[in-house]
Amino acid sequence: MSTLVSVSADETPARRSAAALLWRRLSRNVVSLAALGLLAAVALAAVAAPVIMSYDPDAPDADRALEPPGYRHWLGTDLYGRDQLTRIVYAGRVDLLVALEATAIALSLGAVLGAVSGYRGGWVDQVLMRIIDTVQAFPSFILAMGIAAALGNRMTNIVVAIAITHVPIYARLIRGEMLRIREMEYAEAARTVGNRQRRIIFYHLLPNCFPPVVVQATLAMGFAILTVAALSYIGLGIRPPTSEWGAMTAEGASYIVSGEWWIFLFPGLAIMATVLAFNLLGDALRDVLDPRMKGV
Amino acid sequence: MRRGEGLVVDALVIDDLQMHFPLRSIVPWREPRRVRAVDGVSLRVGAGETLGLVGESGCGKSTLARCVLRLIEPTRGRVLLDDEDLTALPEEALRRRRRDLQMVFQDPTASLNPRLSAAATVEEPLALHTGLTGRARRARVDEVLEEVGLGAGLRDRYPHQLSGGQRQRVNIARAIATRPRLVVLDEPTSALDVSLRARVILLLAELKRRLGMTYLFISHDLSTVRYLCDRVAVMYLGVVVEQAPAAELFEHPAHPYTRALLSCIPEPDPDVVPERLVLSGEVPSPIDIPGGCRLRGRCPLAQPVCAEPVPVREIAPGHTVACHVV
Amino acid sequence: MRDLLAVSDLTVHFDTDEGVVQAVDGATLRIAPGEVVGLVGESGSGKSVTALAVLRLLRPPARVVGGRIELDGRDLLACPEEEMRAVRGSQIAMVFQSPRTSLNPVLSVGHQIERLLVRHGAATPARARGRAVEMLQEVGIAEPERRARQYAHQLSGGMCQRVMIAMALATSPRLLIADEPTTGLDVSIAAQILDLLRDRGRRTGAAILLITHDLGVVARLCDRVVVMHAGQTVEWAPVRGLFHAPAHPYTRALLRSIPRVAGAGDMEPIPGWVPSLLTPPPGCRFARRCALVQADCAVSVPVRVVGTDHRVACVAVKAS
Repeated sequence: MSTLVSVSADETPARRSAAALLWRRLSRNVVSLAALGLLAAVALAAVAAPVIMSYDPDAPDADRALEPPGYRHWLGTDLYGRDQLTRIVYAGRVDLLVALEATAIALSLGAVLGAVSGYRGGWVDQVLMRIIDTVQAFPSFILAMGIAAALGNRMTNIVVAIAITHVPIYARLIRGEMLRIREMEYAEAARTVGNRQRRIIFYHLLPNCFPPVVVQATLAMGFAILTVAALSYIGLGIRPPTSEWGAMTAEGASYIVSGEWWIFLFPGLAIMATVLAFNLLGDALRDVLDPRMKGV
Repeated sequence: MRRGEGLVVDALVIDDLQMHFPLRSIVPWREPRRVRAVDGVSLRVGAGETLGLVGESGCGKSTLARCVLRLIEPTRGRVLLDDEDLTALPEEALRRRRRDLQMVFQDPTASLNPRLSAAATVEEPLALHTGLTGRARRARVDEVLEEVGLGAGLRDRYPHQLSGGQRQRVNIARAIATRPRLVVLDEPTSALDVSLRARVILLLAELKRRLGMTYLFISHDLSTVRYLCDRVAVMYLGVVVEQAPAAELFEHPAHPYTRALLSCIPEPDPDVVPERLVLSGEVPSPIDIPGGCRLRGRCPLAQPVCAEPVPVREIAPGHTVACHVV
Repeated sequence: MRDLLAVSDLTVHFDTDEGVVQAVDGATLRIAPGEVVGLVGESGSGKSVTALAVLRLLRPPARVVGGRIELDGRDLLACPEEEMRAVRGSQIAMVFQSPRTSLNPVLSVGHQIERLLVRHGAATPARARGRAVEMLQEVGIAEPERRARQYAHQLSGGMCQRVMIAMALATSPRLLIADEPTTGLDVSIAAQILDLLRDRGRRTGAAILLITHDLGVVARLCDRVVVMHAGQTVEWAPVRGLFHAPAHPYTRALLRSIPRVAGAGDMEPIPGWVPSLLTPPPGCRFARRCALVQADCAVSVPVRVVGTDHRVACVAVKAS
């Protein structure tokens, strides 16, 4: 009996948890660290905005209109004398929030559709995928524009518009993973043990479909920000006086000729830097998650 | 074998089971060709008995296992677990009956959900089928983990933190947690390294002895089958060609296929050179199977009569063969 | 007669996230021309790494830390890469475990053999096709002309392995390394493949290094056997000597742990666990699992002669 029961806990050294491994590999790459740092800074600034920003983003100050970047206003002021730096940080909250919400909704809906579609197959799969195809057939920005125009400029509607255009990506991704995973033996084991189908799909299999989705979601966040910025730029997005990077860039466009370059440049840079950071993070995650951690 | 005093009760009866997979034909009105993976198999496993099912790849043994568990629906035939027809059960009733019918899979890594700890994996069947809750359930999980030789310290480990042998033990623990009437084991040691194989085999033997487990043991590894099984059935191209008590089968194999199979096994002894019964060619596709005996094209003992349907004859007590010639 | 291949004191390390894995530690083995040598061990024992080291196919994170590998007296570890390329495939060939994945899936098998023949100068392009079909025939593939036009996925596992063997022997190498060539194949097919290996080996005069964990395969095919455990070579013996008079405690335990068809005897698993190669114990790596362990085992392990051409690396075994 001793040889059987004496499986000591020392037999395999407990390997590091998945999260620790993930962090280790991420932190090796300078670029991904920089991206993470930047995103962390943006997020932190966004959250702490009321505390760290001394100016009121909406309060006009006619004396200080159109001031170039300087000691008192680091990024200058706009036509109404509002501090640009403060506005950009507050705008960050809006943009990030919209991107986050849109991604979360799209992910949830796409996951359910993709999971059911992939596991069930048959006519369920066909019907759902044709619906997804229809949505995907529209150029995503045009579709977002259409929905935003139809529903109106409120933030909720913009979130919905962006979310809808993103659903197909997640649905397909998860469906693909599901097609692969449902053939694995632990999917069969979940059946033999006596689980109901719903639990098999959502408790056992769906969580294992997530690694590629995490990468996609990170990249999509960047894209969502671009979309809301573009929508606002053409006037279909967030309405003033709420500050938003795209709207601010649009405002600033009319001042390029007259020489007040700081009004469009900094919001534009903010968009670019944030989207770039998301992309870099997504790439880094893809490298890390891809072969080493399959199944974790 | 009938239920009654002093007589062995059959835990499992497989009655003329058939599993044909139709191939999609390009011509829609013609009868589609079929892959005849399992083509009329009848077997019995007595309570507490271990039946070994051997055969090479493509013989249908894994498909048969999945039919028994109704993971796929057989095209014909019945599967009786304790006299209850599983093939006729509606889905919910079948799901509940799974408490008594469990499976151990071949690949220890792929058969565990990477996101569930060992304890969570073993706990699930208990949660689904027993009334145990909370502390009582956790205690039972620990008990089962001990039974398979995994210390309680490993209960919170995830599959990637366990070795291959430990994963297979978790697999086994999950299967025996609800004390099922029948455990189907599909090549449970094939993916294991040589040194681990012995431990798992001994574990299975011990569980069988201590808990009175009934096993349907599927394998292509004849030496493991010899060690663990009471009776053995040999499959080829979807049918059972020979059945006998284990010792009898290995000492007096009758069917040419069984003899060929046994003679191919490399024994770890350079002086043992078994007389090779050589089958010519390769295993034909299970799609267009010729009538009569399926071994006909390859068998050195083939005769014209082998084109006729094959009778199943009992040549010794408990020893049946499907062959015209022997 | 000079050895065809002589591996002396080979040590290979792997640099991993978790530290340095000392995969092979002082491995030693010799192969004479034309003989069949089995390299036996469990998975993780370092046998495949040793084979890859011979062919200089190890890439970072693996590093050869010490030792010599001599082919006909020439040190392969010191060879420049262009010379190694000439050695691989023409003097030493290798057959791997999963034949279907070793074959190029987008080229027909005939085409693959033709390219190989032309590259190593074994046939002119004009004659290559005919020669490829001949070779398929020589390895026992029926309808060779038809099969030559087929792709890897259309062939069974056994047939793919035959193709691999054909390709490996195409250039009449002096040494054929076969790494678990029959694992995963059905018993009857495996038997045919082993027969084929022995037959072709004899015909071409090639020596064979057969790497496997299956002692039955070794018994059937090999002239001599080398046993590895946890990266160390522990016993060297002619095949009969190994099975009838195993000397090293690991070999004996291994033989006891296999279930057998001929008479189900006692089966006993090998006690203890394979030591971690990250922090291996000093000296003999079997010591902690060994019933005959002594203090000297952790210090240094002498190689003793226990029979004709039969040597063992063990403190506890007495020389004869």
